[in-house]
Amino acid sequence: MTDYREDFLKKLRDKVEKWERETLPKSLSRYPERMERFTTLSGIEIKRIYTPLDIKDTHYLERIGLPGEYPYTRGIHATMYRGRIWTMRMFSGFGTAEDTNKRLKFLVEHGETGLSLAFDYPTLLGIDSDDPMAHGEVGVTGVAVDTLKDMEIIFDGIDLGKVTTNMTINPPAPILYSMYLAVAEKQGVPREKIGGTTQNDPLKEFIAQKSYIFPPEPAVKIAMDLVEYSVRNTPKWNPISISGYHIREAGSTAVQELAFTLADGIAYVRHLVERGHDVDSFAHRLSFFFDSHINFFEEIAKFRAARRMWAKIMKEWFGAKKERSLWLRFHTQTAGVSLTAQQPYNNIVRTAIEALAAVLGGTQSLHTNALDEPYRVPSEFAAKIALRTQQIIAYETGVADVVDPLAGSYYVEWLTDKIEEEAWRYIERIERMGGMIEAVRKGYPQKELTEASYRFQKEVEEGIRKIVGVNIFTEEDEEEVRNVPLLDIDPNEVEERQIRRLREVKRGRDSARVESTLNNLRDAARRGENIVPYILEAVKAYATEGEIMNVLKEVYGVWTEPIIY
Amino acid sequence: MDYSRLIEKALKGDRLATGRLLSIVERDPRGASMVLESLPEREGYHVIGVTGIAGSGKSTLLSRLLTHYADKGYRCAVVAIDPSSAYSRGALLGDRIRMQMHATNPNIFIRSVSTRGLKGGLSFAGVAMIDVFGRLGYDKVFIESIGVGQADVDIMRIADTIVVVTVPGLGDDIQALKAGVMEIGDIYVINKVDKDREGANKTMEYLLFAIEAGELGHRGWRPRIVKTSAVLDEGIDELIDAIEEHYRFILGTGRYGSGRERRREILVRLLAEKMLIDALESIEIETGKDLYEGALELLRRVTARYVDTTGGGEA
Amino acid sequence: MTITETERIKVLVAKLGLDGHDRGAKVVARALRDAGFEVIYTGIRQTPEQVVEAAIQEDVDVIGVSILSGAHMTLMKRLMELLREYGADDIPVFLGGTIPVPDIEPIKRMGVREVFLPGTSLREIVEMIRQAGLERRKRRGW
Repeated sequence: MTDYREDFLKKLRDKVEKWERETLPKSLSRYPERMERFTTLSGIEIKRIYTPLDIKDTHYLERIGLPGEYPYTRGIHATMYRGRIWTMRMFSGFGTAEDTNKRLKFLVEHGETGLSLAFDYPTLLGIDSDDPMAHGEVGVTGVAVDTLKDMEIIFDGIDLGKVTTNMTINPPAPILYSMYLAVAEKQGVPREKIGGTTQNDPLKEFIAQKSYIFPPEPAVKIAMDLVEYSVRNTPKWNPISISGYHIREAGSTAVQELAFTLADGIAYVRHLVERGHDVDSFAHRLSFFFDSHINFFEEIAKFRAARRMWAKIMKEWFGAKKERSLWLRFHTQTAGVSLTAQQPYNNIVRTAIEALAAVLGGTQSLHTNALDEPYRVPSEFAAKIALRTQQIIAYETGVADVVDPLAGSYYVEWLTDKIEEEAWRYIERIERMGGMIEAVRKGYPQKELTEASYRFQKEVEEGIRKIVGVNIFTEEDEEEVRNVPLLDIDPNEVEERQIRRLREVKRGRDSARVESTLNNLRDAARRGENIVPYILEAVKAYATEGEIMNVLKEVYGVWTEPIIY
Repeated sequence: MDYSRLIEKALKGDRLATGRLLSIVERDPRGASMVLESLPEREGYHVIGVTGIAGSGKSTLLSRLLTHYADKGYRCAVVAIDPSSAYSRGALLGDRIRMQMHATNPNIFIRSVSTRGLKGGLSFAGVAMIDVFGRLGYDKVFIESIGVGQADVDIMRIADTIVVVTVPGLGDDIQALKAGVMEIGDIYVINKVDKDREGANKTMEYLLFAIEAGELGHRGWRPRIVKTSAVLDEGIDELIDAIEEHYRFILGTGRYGSGRERRREILVRLLAEKMLIDALESIEIETGKDLYEGALELLRRVTARYVDTTGGGEA
Repeated sequence: MTITETERIKVLVAKLGLDGHDRGAKVVARALRDAGFEVIYTGIRQTPEQVVEAAIQEDVDVIGVSILSGAHMTLMKRLMELLREYGADDIPVFLGGTIPVPDIEPIKRMGVREVFLPGTSLREIVEMIRQAGLERRKRRGW
């Protein structure tokens, strides 16, 4: 069965054979090919040419269809960017709350349509700024948050009813979410109006990002508490962003990124269904986050395959009925790992190409990396170029004026099918292991990543993978490297300021109230209740992030990773 | 090299000196025997092997044991044996990852040992280190291995007390449990009881049945069973009580001495193996021959030495 | 005299600081193993105290540190101070990670042997670590 007429396919097959016999050898003798084998960045072998023969079994109506309709290969909306340009969401945050408040206001003034907060490592790991483990890390890669006070300052003068905020935070997500809610309450913004995202995706922490704290099972339980609470209380909030980005950055292939991310998603949906929720009561609030790497078509194909697969999973595996439950809505970030420390201005070009792939893949929002990110948190100058890159794609190039313009490309459709097929194979393997929670406990995806990244590095060393400025077109004295203007922060000064504020807050708060809210939280956690309302109470009493996390560690234990290389 | 100063410092508890002394033990058997001879005899140090079935959380449990023992003032050493490294190649020792939180505890000293492809998982250095730690004043010397199957069983046999970690829900597949590590325990731990209380009872029943049937335990010791949750730090003191009970039992029945004898015997056997492997390795490096050809080459040289009496003393 | 044990250089690969980006550290650890080294990996989220303790307990010949959290100035300073305090500053230290170029010289002045930026080839890293390890062994008379 095929969309094409049999006689046409036969003619085409004959023509291709003739071409291979006559036209091709002439060309090959004059211009031998650069390599014996061409592969995508993920190692998928690709031919020199694709024709309808390669997609003859891809039924257009079922597999590709129209935008805004199942299986959503061409996009979740009928008009896509003709209606509204994607959200330009730039990850930012550094130093103390005051520094970040200033940066957020700067970005809003330059036309950014959504905020995205980066937290420092102590905050990501639920450690207070005065903990000895935090020394040297306070405010370095993001903003330091210890108590509600810090969040009040970060959003000072920014109306939470008017902006949406993405928060890249995982095990402590319910705490930061509660702080945001508390700030909104103080500003007088009703809960139904606040919008944004908490990353809140614990499984990929075990696989890739490694900011895990609790063992896999309680980690998923806590994250799903937030989903449950958020769906009921903040209907415009995305309580989870199921993330492939970190998996890819940690060295996976595009196929692994896709497969592991969807397998994580399956684990979450399964958990919530087992808790007794109707799949259509929460599925529309799940969102995704992918990487856009440098191998252009592979990325576009990955995004298209992702939408098609998720729609199928939700419809056929979980019996979702509402249209919105089937949508894979996703945020994209260009590949930090593709940037080079050498010849840093080349990174602008890489980012532009990756951003273009994300747009052609139908992303809902996009972060473009700044050229200086191989070194540290971007300078204002670099962050602005990154934002302008998106604006140029959106308003000058015309690529946003047609929906899914690459549909029907024999290569892109073939590659979409191929990536999907390989991703299913991974998902099936994980299912046989008992799902992603089990797989993670056994270290299966971790092991796959370690293998893939070692293989890639070997290929770079052997020159099979070429990187400009690294293994080809290298320069000895790189004046430009020395001259890149970097954001200048003095970590010691930031740490001192932050610890001073933390102490002030601790002095000024009602310590009996802190203690009683923490005790209530502990009891609720032991009873197995949803812990978010109790965290919210503790946050409002100005309990610190570290204090709240310690209570949870007591109840749920902590995780050490299996030994994997 | 002046070993006496290192020994003097190590006996005083200097960790840098201890680390370097262990390298001498590791480097060659001559150094090892010299170090052992120079250290005063010491009675009563207790060698504890911790092993278990896959997925039982034995690393977390060992970690808890270390914390509790160290808190009680015992000096603890861990010999982490990694039998996975292949012969004459490099090694990646990962055991330490799960114990690094103890790195700065003054009562805990952790040393990794690779067995470099020797069959059985035991290495001369690994066994010698146990007694070096004992003589340096460590009270509890733990043996840990990431080995599986027979290699792991062999490693554990050098311990005075063997702790076998299991999980709730055992008993359905009795055949799988019959072999290997399930048979060697002096103490059986049912870990992860927080996950499955009912399953823990099932494992308990199974173990009790096996003990009653005389399948487990040996020479007058009836194995103890302890329930724990290492993740939540529950049941660890009960486990320590059981370990200490076994310790008093072996002291009282004279089995302590036989444990030490067994280690000495093993050392002699490993020494012989090691000398052979070292000789083969030198030949491999010198001539680029593989193990088999290297063995033939060694044989040729040894024969030649017996035949050619003018040859020098080079080995 | 056994040749291999003398050449079996022991390296501690350590992830100092709170970031979990262990890809580079693991790739380097594997490359070192494949090149015949004995590698001890600490896992992530290590403090300078933990790294130095691991180095002296294992008596390694070389320490390779990976930091991608941006906290390298504070953490490396502390690490080098501790090595001196323990009398273990004969162990050569290498650093890899996202290190801004202006920070390289100050880090080397702390006593760090070399700083590997992203993009450094594995061959180069392995060779420099081998040299440093052999030198240390020679100094110890091994």
